[in-house]
Amino acid sequence: MSEADVLIVGGGPAGVAAALELRRQGVARVVLLEREPHLGGATRHCSHSPFGMREFGRVYLGAAYGRRLETEIARAGVALRTGHSVVRIEPGGQLHVTSPRGVETLAAQRVLIATGTRETPRSARLVSGDRPVGVVTTGALQAYVAFHGLMPFRRPLIVGSELVSLSAVLTCRSHGARPVAMIEPGPHPLAPAPLMAFPRLLGVPFHAGADLVDIRGTTRVEEATVRLADGTVRAFACDGVLFTGRFTPESTLLRQSTIGVDAGSSGPAIDPFGRTADPHVFAAGNLLRAVETGGWSFREGRAVGRAMAEDLAEERARGSAPGDLIPVTFDPPIKLVVPGLIRRGAHATPAFADFQLRFLRRARGRLVLLIDGRETWSARGTWMPERRILVPIPRDAHTADAVHVRFEEAA
Amino acid sequence: MLPATAPTLSPPGETFDVAVIGAGVVGCAVVRRLALAGAKVVLIEKGSDILSGASKANSAILHTGFDAPPGSLELDLIKAGRAEYLAIAGSLGLSLVKTGALVCAWNDIEAEKLEAIAAQGRANGIAALELLSGHAARATMPGLSERLVAALEVADEHIIDPWTAPLAYLTQGAKLGARLLRHAELTEGRYDGTWHLSTTAGELRARAVVNTAGLYGDIVDARLGFTPEFEIRPRKGQFVVLDKAAAAHVPRIVLPVPTEITKGVVVCPTAFGNVLVGPTAEEQDDRVRATVEKATLEALLARGAEIVPALAGLPVTAVYAGLRPASESKAYRVFCRPESRAVTLGGIRSTGLSAALGLAQHALRLIEGFGLGLAPVETSPPVCLPNLTETLPRDWQQPDHGEIVCHCELVTKREIEAALASEVPPGDFGGLRRRTRAGMGRCQGFYCNARLAEITRGHLAEPLAVEGAAS
Repeated sequence: MSEADVLIVGGGPAGVAAALELRRQGVARVVLLEREPHLGGATRHCSHSPFGMREFGRVYLGAAYGRRLETEIARAGVALRTGHSVVRIEPGGQLHVTSPRGVETLAAQRVLIATGTRETPRSARLVSGDRPVGVVTTGALQAYVAFHGLMPFRRPLIVGSELVSLSAVLTCRSHGARPVAMIEPGPHPLAPAPLMAFPRLLGVPFHAGADLVDIRGTTRVEEATVRLADGTVRAFACDGVLFTGRFTPESTLLRQSTIGVDAGSSGPAIDPFGRTADPHVFAAGNLLRAVETGGWSFREGRAVGRAMAEDLAEERARGSAPGDLIPVTFDPPIKLVVPGLIRRGAHATPAFADFQLRFLRRARGRLVLLIDGRETWSARGTWMPERRILVPIPRDAHTADAVHVRFEEAA
Repeated sequence: MLPATAPTLSPPGETFDVAVIGAGVVGCAVVRRLALAGAKVVLIEKGSDILSGASKANSAILHTGFDAPPGSLELDLIKAGRAEYLAIAGSLGLSLVKTGALVCAWNDIEAEKLEAIAAQGRANGIAALELLSGHAARATMPGLSERLVAALEVADEHIIDPWTAPLAYLTQGAKLGARLLRHAELTEGRYDGTWHLSTTAGELRARAVVNTAGLYGDIVDARLGFTPEFEIRPRKGQFVVLDKAAAAHVPRIVLPVPTEITKGVVVCPTAFGNVLVGPTAEEQDDRVRATVEKATLEALLARGAEIVPALAGLPVTAVYAGLRPASESKAYRVFCRPESRAVTLGGIRSTGLSAALGLAQHALRLIEGFGLGLAPVETSPPVCLPNLTETLPRDWQQPDHGEIVCHCELVTKREIEAALASEVPPGDFGGLRRRTRAGMGRCQGFYCNARLAEITRGHLAEPLAVEGAAS
């Protein structure tokens, strides 16, 4: 017996938007599970990024955005359960949940997983050296500042050059910390070039092509050694190392379930409706692919919420079984394609109008979408890693036998 | 705040029966055994927490001793230690997961050696040994590579929680009055019928000493005024811990056919639901630094995926390195000096976790010859530490567990607070992680590090947050 029509796991922008849309579409019992005490997900501790312009017509910073989400959720009649951690996903979308009531199993007609993304920590980057205190990610740094008024260091070395890395620099400088340098192992900064003036303006030297080769410190970080682009090795005296970016979907629940994760995105593979290989389980937001803004995730959550409502109505009307799945294939150095599945013969309105692509490295060449071997779209360009690329999903993709994204790299 | 360090630790007229030097797994076990024997014990540790040296990093296997040198003290003590562990596991709430092990031969040369290993195991008194074809071995663990030629099954190998066990030993000792002094490095010892020990935390007196200083065993013997009879040659081992999704592929301990130098790279489940790949065996002079190296970690990952192909590409949760207190000899370096009431348990190379309780029994037997006139306690006090393993109920599974602080490892706030208020509270962040698993999971603190900084304020020698609020 289902306790809910739809269970949503994760109260960030994607999960909240889906919940609101499901209610708007008339789905009666929508339950939102969130492990933290408040909604907002990663937006809660992002004190520099403005959220809410597109969805609410005004700008909120940090936790204020989460409070607006809470207001909307209450107004829409969504059952919000904070302090609820999902510990396992069973086939058919049954959820094992722990909460102050203990462990229970929840079930619903449909489940949406929207557990978001986090940065790759030092361990998973396999960085050499000692393992002292003072090594954190941007998310942790921002939580120190936003929730507790604390700082994990005063003179960190910053690793990474994504947008979040710039946010980290701002957080440091506005809270009395002076980063000793910012380094990027790749040959170019990953954030748009004009923005890279910011670290320098704030007195933080930037080094591209620079590899962190050693961290030293018996109890706290004392020194970080960097091999610079010209091959020279330089030791920075510092009291912390801040690993920024390299976001990865928070997808272990799926990895441990029958759904699994996609090798390219590390999130669950979905069809253009947001549905995973388990037809009862949908996914949306940064769990699908790292990393997009809160606003993007909100719109994606809303679209998947609409598709889920339509799917429920469709099932009631016709009892139709979902069509069979084919994978979307692609060439290197494309890192991922989302949606990575096509559900053949489905006739509802897709939640995704475009394939989202990312590259593993900077590459110049022609990108081609092939439907059953026919070119239906192509573009030439220089494609940057960690940047969103959109390829429209043509109508005939939904009935195709083969969908492939080809890359012809320029010599 | 830091533990207070008094200039003089023994009040006038007070003398400890035994000072144990070094709070690794062996020191903790010795303290428990001596306290149960009725001794007034002090444990001195130079680090900010117990298990700060070799004992913090091992492969968490409770060995049977099937591959220990026949007729050796090491074999006797592994068997005695293991037997006691099995006997007290229930009453001390110690974890015990019987996975069994497969010694895997990946070519014909290795396969030929399995029979000799089995013969040695049987000579060592280990009955549950069976030679299996590669096919039969894979039937017990389908994740193993098809390249497997043959395997020796050792059914009675277990995995345990390597940090809660020594903490339980010491906690029981503490309940019997044993004292732990941290930040107390032995600088000099003098014996004139009584031991006068100088430490960085003050002076103290004891009637007997036990050197369980691990990586510093030879140095401590020298500081006690003895001519060291062995030399510690640290041997580093690096490990990779894989995401919990790996555990489904690795239900058993996978051992290689050993070489002269090392037991080799092991792939094994952990009691916490992860998978471990390691260790390496790297000789080094440094007794302090145990660094990880990217190239070595990548090689371990590659080796792990050769052994269990499904491990390829799985996320890394943690990496670590430890130093084994190896010496110039493969044997344990145990010395007893009745004339000065001193015992040295040195060179406990890589089986310390399995043999610790046996070593403690052995130390007591030696100390009984010193004529200290000890009278055993009548009842051993109960010890109840939180279960951190995935095979028994955890706190988060209980109703009213309150806030979950570490979501990856599902650690509750009340577990952290209980650890901070416990008999042997953590002295540093590593100690808190070992006691609770907070911050040990896949995000390594992305979600919980700041909350932990808040909760642990004033408790850790090196605080997570730097002085002064964020401005």
